This record gives sequence, structure tokens and C-alpha cells, in this order.
Amino acid sequence: MNFETTIGLEVHIELKTHSKIFSPSPVAYGADPNANTNVIDWGYPGVLPTTNKAVVADGIIAALALHATVEKHTHFDRKNYFYPDNPKAYQITQSDKPIGHDGWVEIDVDGVKKKIGIAEMHVEEDAGKNTHERDYSYVDLNRQGTPLIEIVSKPDIASPAEAYAYLEALRQRIQFTGISDVKMEEGSMRVDVNISVRPVGQEKFGTKTELKNLNSFNYVQRGLEYEEQRQQQVLMSGGAVQQETRRFDEKTGETILMRVKAGADDYRYFPEPDLPALNISDDWIKELGDAMPEMPTKRRERYVNDLGLTDYDAMVITQTKEMSDFFDATVALKADAKMAANYLQGDVNAYLNEKQVDLQATKLTPANLAGMINLISDGTISSKMAKKVFKAITDGEEPKAYVEAHGLVQLSDPAKLQPIIDDVLSANPQSIEDFNNGKKRAVGFLVGQIMKQTHGQANPQVVNKLLMAALQQ
Amino acid sequence: MANRINREQVQHVAGLAKLEFTDAELDAFTPQLDDIIGMFETLSEVDTDGVEVTSNVSDQLNVMREDVADNWGQSAALLKNAPDAARGFIKVPAIIDESEDN
Repeated sequence: MNFETTIGLEVHIELKTHSKIFSPSPVAYGADPNANTNVIDWGYPGVLPTTNKAVVADGIIAALALHATVEKHTHFDRKNYFYPDNPKAYQITQSDKPIGHDGWVEIDVDGVKKKIGIAEMHVEEDAGKNTHERDYSYVDLNRQGTPLIEIVSKPDIASPAEAYAYLEALRQRIQFTGISDVKMEEGSMRVDVNISVRPVGQEKFGTKTELKNLNSFNYVQRGLEYEEQRQQQVLMSGGAVQQETRRFDEKTGETILMRVKAGADDYRYFPEPDLPALNISDDWIKELGDAMPEMPTKRRERYVNDLGLTDYDAMVITQTKEMSDFFDATVALKADAKMAANYLQGDVNAYLNEKQVDLQATKLTPANLAGMINLISDGTISSKMAKKVFKAITDGEEPKAYVEAHGLVQLSDPAKLQPIIDDVLSANPQSIEDFNNGKKRAVGFLVGQIMKQTHGQANPQVVNKLLMAALQQ
Repeated sequence: MANRINREQVQHVAGLAKLEFTDAELDAFTPQLDDIIGMFETLSEVDTDGVEVTSNVSDQLNVMREDVADNWGQSAALLKNAPDAARGFIKVPAIIDESEDN
């Protein structure tokens, strides 16, 4: 039996606003429990929420970034449920008029491009956070009222690999708009997934299961792969998939039954009476759209078509807006694009990983990286010397001044190199004989001797050229 | 009784509101709720053709505040009002269902 898979993803993204969605309490991390809460966040009787304009703006920006239609007559709805992290016993969210609908992102899995539809996106408030101990649970409402955007995919995702690619495309586009940090490890991006399989040709979708505890894109893909196999085996052995919630176990890569879902959730949505509706003007949409930065797909096209980068290089450089902006600024200062891309992917990324920091938190500047690359391009320093210079620019030093202060100038003048080469050759007749007998390794030895004589400052390309000319006489 | 709502539905709605009713209460509330729904049904006698859906009875529109953070410093007073608190947290009986909902 052949199966087809249908995957749905609900992605929650935490917005980087200063204040909460319906109260002026600060949105900040690391505060003492409940320090950033007021009577509105606690849902006291008689308080009234007021909509944060920046959240609505961010919702519009997300809709535009995901090619969605902005809903011009939108409002909030009340979703009723009891839980200790939800002091009002309802969440203010959007149900029948979400701020954006019918969007898409393009994904690329092994060179195959596909558009994944987005059903809708809506803005809503986050709940508080519970910590569970043996006999009691502890509630911190600092997160209560933090603004979120929830993005719901259409059932277009047909494999775990596509789910991964969709999340990556979504993360990048949102990251470039600057409305969220979209970091799963910090909880500013959270993913709920559901998956069903059905025999090829069957019109009705199979029964879906929901997966929890997927804390990275990688785990999303692995959890879905396991679940896809499990459901196929259930069907092939004549069984029926149950509608249930399963938990992904990071250690074993398996999914484990958490609970069986009985019927649909009964949230009794109704329009939020405490908040007036919103009419979003074309002018506001245009203003926000005009201020949007260039999206990663556009940048990748530009990098490949105009700057000659490979698809892979362009992909890596556009992981974050900061990296891509840094690259653009470096290239704008006349640095060679390929070299700039190599440095960002190599030495810069290694440095960021080692220090566990984001690019914008370092002392690296496009001007200094471009300065260093230009010194390599014009032959002033060798790429070996550049290792030292790179270290210096991570400390914020200006490369040209550093090179001059430390005498790191490459010796490229043939008139100065030739006598040194001649000396080395006359001191090593055995190597010349080895070379003439076909032992290519002799060249390496001679280059090493020349580098030694010049304290590593000789330009290796020029040395090679002169040496080969001398040997082949 | 017109059977607009049955006993099971009343029990279900009570469950959603975390209420528990005795059999006698269910017997009493079911016809009462049925009457209440009946009363609301008179609304459907009004001709609403061509009337736009109302989501909010307020005649205000686009009431928004600027994104400026302001901590009102109420957390100590609020915690004092909580049934129980510890280390700045609200202390509640252990939560068994760990489904975070949002």
C-alpha cells in the first residue's frame, strides 16, 4: 500500500514589543516572577484592555512578509478555557477575522521548489508560565499578555522534510522583518504539529495525531518521520489511527502517547466586547510595506545573479538579516563578494559559535572586514597573515593600522624575492635533483625554506611562480 | 418542553464552566435553560437581511495605545491578594494536565 502524508503546522511567534498586547506592562525577560504584571494582566474585575498599536502593525508586517491578504475589518475574539496560567479564564485572540489570510512561502527541498499555503495568521496574547513541583504548581504571569502571532499552514506539507523547510522559510522571513527573534531555543518561536497519512487516492484525510515537545526544527522533522512510519504501520496491520496527542522523546526519537482527544475543544469563541474593532487603512498598510527590508529570497537571487555566489553560500548568508546586512555592507565597501561570503561562513561563524554571541553583539564591523579582505586582494597580506588580522578585527581594531603596526606586510616584489630564491636553491642542490627526478614534494620543501628566510612574509603565489620558473630553466 | 437543549448538553456546558450539578439540579435547570434559549430565539424573528454582522456594540473604532512600557509596580499587592504565594509565584494545587494552551 502506498501512502500520502499531510502535515499541518501551527507556529507561535513572540513579538519584540516594549509593552504587552493589552496592558502597558513591560515585555522583558529575566525579571522576578510576576514583577512585570498589573491588574489588567491578572484579569481583575473592572479593568479594560487597550490594544497596543505596535502589535497590530507587526501583524500587518507578518501578513505582508508571508504574501497574505491583510484583513481590513478585523477584531479580537474571546476564547474560553480554564487553566491556572490564564487568570481571566479566557484568552483574547482572533477567530473569525484574523489579521491576515491566504498567504504562502516558497520552500526548496533538494532543489525542488514548492509553495506552501498559509491559511491565516492572527495576533493574540500569551498565557503565563507554570512550574510544576510535587504537590503544588507555581504560576508566573510575566508572560501573560506578551504579544504573539500564530501562523497556521494549509494542508500542503507532504513530508517531514517539507515541514522543516517550511519552518526555516517562515523563520527567515519573520526574522528579516525584525518583529521577532524567532528563536526556538529561547521560546520566541514555538511549533505545534499534526500529521495524518492516507492511502494514495483516498479523498478523505486520515485521522491526525498531534505532536508535543518538539524543541527544534530537527526534532520536528524527526518526530514527524517517526509518526509517519508509525501511522503507516498501524494502517497496514489493519488498525485505525486514534485521534491523540503524542509526545516526542528526544532520547529515543520515538513518539509516546500522552492522551486521547475526545471530540473537538469547546472554546465558545465570541467577539471580544472590551475591545473596539479595527479598521486598517490602505495608507497604513502601504507605509508598513514600504518600510519592510528586502526579503531573504530576493537577496539570494541578487547574491547568485549579481554577485556570483553559489546557491549554498547565498543560503548561509541569508540565515539572519544581521548576517545578510553585514555582507551587503562589506560588499558595498568594494570587498570581493566571494571572499566576504567565505569569511562570514567560515571565520566569522566559527567565532560567533565559539563566543556564543550574535553578530551584532561583536566588535566586528563591515568596514574592518572589508578593509582586511581588500588587503588580501591587493596582495598586501597573505591569507595566512589574515588569520592574525582577523583576530585583531574581532577586537575592533582597524586592519590597515594593525598590519602596519605589526609589520605584517607581504613581500610580493619579484626583485626582492628573486635573490632569496636563488640563495635557497644554491643551498639545496639535492632538492633540485629530486625535482628533476619527478619528486614534486621537493617544491614544498623549497617554498618552506623561502618562507623561513622571509619570516613568513613572502607572497606564496609570487614565490611559486618564480620558483617554478627557476626550476624549469 | 421544546427540546432546544437536552440534559447531556446542560451537563456538558456545566463541565466547561467547572460546575457540578446533582440530578435534581439538572432536572430543574434543563427546562429553565430551554426557556432561556426560547426567549433568545425571538431575535430570529427580526428581518436582518442586508444588515451587516455586528461584532461589537461600541461605536468606537481603532482605539489603540502607543507601545510604551510602564510598570505600575503592583506585583506585591497582587500577590497579597492571591490565595497563596511563594517566592514571588502564585502557588496553586499541582496541575496534572500539562497541556499549555494558547
